[in-house]
Amino acid sequence: MSIDNSIVKKISKLSKLKIKSDSEDKMAEELNNILNWVESLQEVNTEKVEPLLSVLNEKMPLRDDKVVMDDNQVDILNNAPEKKSGFFVVPKVVE
Amino acid sequence: MKNLIKGKSNLWEVVLGLEVHAQISSKSKLFSSASTEYGSEPNSQVTLVDAGMPGALPVINEYCIRQAVITGLGLNAKINKKSVFDRKNYFYPDLPQGYQISQFQHPIVGEGFLTIKTEEGEKKIGITRLHLEQDAGKSIHDQDFENTFIDLNRSGCALMEIVSEPDMRSGLEAAEYLKKLRTILQYVGSCDGNMEKGNLRADVNVSVRIPGEKLGTRCEIKNVNSIKFIQQAITFEAERQIKLLESGEQIVQETRLFDPNKLETRTMRNKEESHDYRYFPDPDLPPLILEDSLIDDLKKNLPELPDKKKERFINLYKLKEYDAEVLVSEKDVSIFFEELVKGREPKLVVSWLTGELFAFLNKKNVSLAESKVTVKKIADLIDLISDGTLSNRQAKEVFEVYLEGSKTAKELISEKGMAQISDEKELSNLIVSVLDENEDMVKDYKSGKDRLFGFFVGQVMKLSRGKANPQMVNKILIEKLKR
Amino acid sequence: MNQFEKLTIKSTIQHLKCKDFSCKELTEYFIKKISDNRKLNCFITETPDHALEMALNSDKKIDNNEIRAMEGIPIAMKDLFCTKNVKTTAASKILENFIPFYESTVSKKLWDSGSVMLGKSNLDEFAMGSANTTSFFGNVINPIKGKNNSDLVPGGSSGGSAAAVAAGLCLGATGSDTGGSIRQPASFCGIVGMKPTYGRCSRFGMVAFASSLDQAGTLTKNVDDSAIMLQTICGYDEKDSTSSKMDVPKFSEYEKLSLKGKKIGIPKEYLVDGLNSEIKKSWENFSEEFKKIGVEIIDISLPHTKYSLPTYYIIAPAEASANLARYDGVRYGYRHQNVDNLDDLYEISRSKGFGDEVKRRIMIGTYVLSAGYYDAYYIKALKVRRLILDDFIKAFKKCDLILTPTTPNVSFLIGEKQDDPLEMYLNDVLTVPASLAGLPAISVPAGKNKDGLPFGLQIISSHFNEALVFKAAKFIEDTNK
Ligand SMILES: [Mg+2]
Ligand SMILES: [Zn+2]
Repeated sequence: MSIDNSIVKKISKLSKLKIKSDSEDKMAEELNNILNWVESLQEVNTEKVEPLLSVLNEKMPLRDDKVVMDDNQVDILNNAPEKKSGFFVVPKVVE
Repeated sequence: MKNLIKGKSNLWEVVLGLEVHAQISSKSKLFSSASTEYGSEPNSQVTLVDAGMPGALPVINEYCIRQAVITGLGLNAKINKKSVFDRKNYFYPDLPQGYQISQFQHPIVGEGFLTIKTEEGEKKIGITRLHLEQDAGKSIHDQDFENTFIDLNRSGCALMEIVSEPDMRSGLEAAEYLKKLRTILQYVGSCDGNMEKGNLRADVNVSVRIPGEKLGTRCEIKNVNSIKFIQQAITFEAERQIKLLESGEQIVQETRLFDPNKLETRTMRNKEESHDYRYFPDPDLPPLILEDSLIDDLKKNLPELPDKKKERFINLYKLKEYDAEVLVSEKDVSIFFEELVKGREPKLVVSWLTGELFAFLNKKNVSLAESKVTVKKIADLIDLISDGTLSNRQAKEVFEVYLEGSKTAKELISEKGMAQISDEKELSNLIVSVLDENEDMVKDYKSGKDRLFGFFVGQVMKLSRGKANPQMVNKILIEKLKR
Repeated sequence: MNQFEKLTIKSTIQHLKCKDFSCKELTEYFIKKISDNRKLNCFITETPDHALEMALNSDKKIDNNEIRAMEGIPIAMKDLFCTKNVKTTAASKILENFIPFYESTVSKKLWDSGSVMLGKSNLDEFAMGSANTTSFFGNVINPIKGKNNSDLVPGGSSGGSAAAVAAGLCLGATGSDTGGSIRQPASFCGIVGMKPTYGRCSRFGMVAFASSLDQAGTLTKNVDDSAIMLQTICGYDEKDSTSSKMDVPKFSEYEKLSLKGKKIGIPKEYLVDGLNSEIKKSWENFSEEFKKIGVEIIDISLPHTKYSLPTYYIIAPAEASANLARYDGVRYGYRHQNVDNLDDLYEISRSKGFGDEVKRRIMIGTYVLSAGYYDAYYIKALKVRRLILDDFIKAFKKCDLILTPTTPNVSFLIGEKQDDPLEMYLNDVLTVPASLAGLPAISVPAGKNKDGLPFGLQIISSHFNEALVFKAAKFIEDTNK
């Protein structure tokens, strides 16, 4: 399982990161180094082992169905790079 | 086999599965305490979680868990005591966290089924699963030329995604499935089923095949927001696929949108990268473990479901199957009926409900609940018919005015001078005068012209300006004509 | 020497109670000291006005005899904790101008107990790093100098917090520890760094790096201060579904515990290649010291130790890749201007907003979760994580505590190990296992090497046993004097 430039492209697309084409080789190499390094896990026998989802065996706490608004709309929009009439604004999306 | 579609060279079978998103009728959202109220100011019902702010953390709404379990029970489904919430990762401006919290490998509800009516009788439609997930916000593309506006009020609302097996074979069956599912949701109270508000949305998976062959490649039609559209979308999509296959082409698995104006489906443009959602268990949420006591409690208190209720209506009120089906298909209606039928003649009640009242609601384009028609209002009118004060025909005449106005039935009738004449003496007088005026006809009748009976009835009604009680007129006329 | 220089949290509380000086005087001293030491770059945002206001409030409380647990104690807040109306950056360009309108639970608890905020301390970007060299706001310099007065790294990611405490710019600081981010800088700066059991401190309002590992903790001058400060930030929080409902004992009463008859395990797997010989020696020495007070030292094995780093470097980036997806330039944070389509908005904003290490980890995380690799990498790592936890559970059937070095080596030059991410990752080889198992662990200063550079020893206990950790740490602290 090794990463080539096409995988770098795919991963960068999925994670919405622009990797300049002249940096793809370097990124591929770095990622491969890391992957080779974690490869040792494959030698561990995990046949009957359940994946660990939570280190504590405590139950998921449940919330009552109550409306509580901590803060108002102005605050939610306060840090917005672009807003208009109470909406967040992004360049037009074509569906 | 029915439902086959004729292509140029073959008969085709359409195979359909539905993924329905039902918004849980909760006050607050699935993982945040923001209100779910519909139609508020944009971005006014948004907490940190719903806006994906740094450091925000989800905490689950217990009510939503209960509603998912109740719905699962209503769908005869397996309730999974352990389920896991996963992150479904993708970028979209109305998805603030950059992922949707959903359930992938371990949903809260597993396999179940519901039954629908088809022309060939009852048919079982398999439910694959039901899981809980967050809704996205709303992207508004048409308010501005250059921009898309984002409203996060809906972001984080609780959805149940209910996935069916590919068990349906026609648009009609898909429609029946959706109607039945909506009825069940309403009965258990987990979702109001309102498609216009988007509280119930369906994605339809459509494929076609030659009967007996293996499943074809499917296309998913997204967010078809009415039962009528679903049927239209299926019709178009099935034909499109058949055409392609018959001309030797392949079906590309893809997501398509239905355009209700053009009655066609089209590829969604926004699909350049192959979707790879990278589901993984959300580390912000430990696995959800359901207590046996919770499941037992919900089982015990499960409301009567439509199939059971229908059976009971047929047995208890001696209703025709069709009528019973109509009455139970909406929870409100079935409750209305049961209130109304108390101490009244079921046949009369059914005919007024499914006949006049439904016609009225259709005309006004409102639901029973929206119309605010009360049981008492209809009951008062039916009681006047039963005791002979009003004829069916008269009642029909005033029905609309009556429902829309504030007058009681009695007030309206006396105002219109409409009360039926049921006094025997008064009717006898009327009949005698009619018979006296038409001596020749009476003779003819007595000599065998039976058809003239109707003529006499008509004359009596005319003389009484339609107020004579027809049953009594018949009875007295027969007696008078005997002599 | 200034009267304030030698203060600890514990002694300051006494002085304030006796009105030897006011909170205002104390706070003014630290404000000045911070501005005199800007070259260390410990703070991203200094908040002198806030500090003075809070100090005056504390003086009032003291006058009214309403003294709270941390009344008037000036601290640094790692800039990973959201602070209401105070810029919170996570040391990233993408949050350069982000001002939260909410308060993290940890910071709220500190303010509620009377602490005074001096500022927001520097860190590795999104807490991803082991040298505090990935910050968008520049690296932090360790107040302890290397040979020829060279600049050393403070460790990371809580490097600003550790350096600030070590340089005497505050009496304590918050940190967050995902794989060693409190303990490793504590070791490099010669102070005490405590990471409690996963779930002890609420993560609400703490910018997430890897949710299943992130845990807040403290950096202080000594063990007593650590117990006092940790006390204020622990406790169940209904805003965090992973926060624990376990009772929080009074940590400062650890003194009442006894080490006599307790067993301390020495895991042979922690004798890693390249372990500094002076650190190794100290580790052995302290084992002997413990024996002298009636502690039984036993050899234990944590066989999956060597898989900890690879496991960590799958799980942490995977979670991070999703946790950092929200930084998309839509609702807050850096947005590249003049883009005409959404993908450019996303891609350019994120590429310019994130630094190289963050991007590298997002890429790795995305890869190990992607179709076809998920089972081989991510699920595999979750399984090995269970084996690592099981190792500890087994070990704690035999012993009460585990003693190890905190880091394989002492601090290094700024700029060193920059070219090879893997070499940097090795810094955490001894701290990551306890993180994966969610165990409490402390780093306590245990000595200095021949060049005068400090290093710490790490004490790990079973879940929720922080008090015993403090007890053993205190012994090392006292013995080291
Ligand atoms: Mg779906
Ligand atoms: Zn869905």
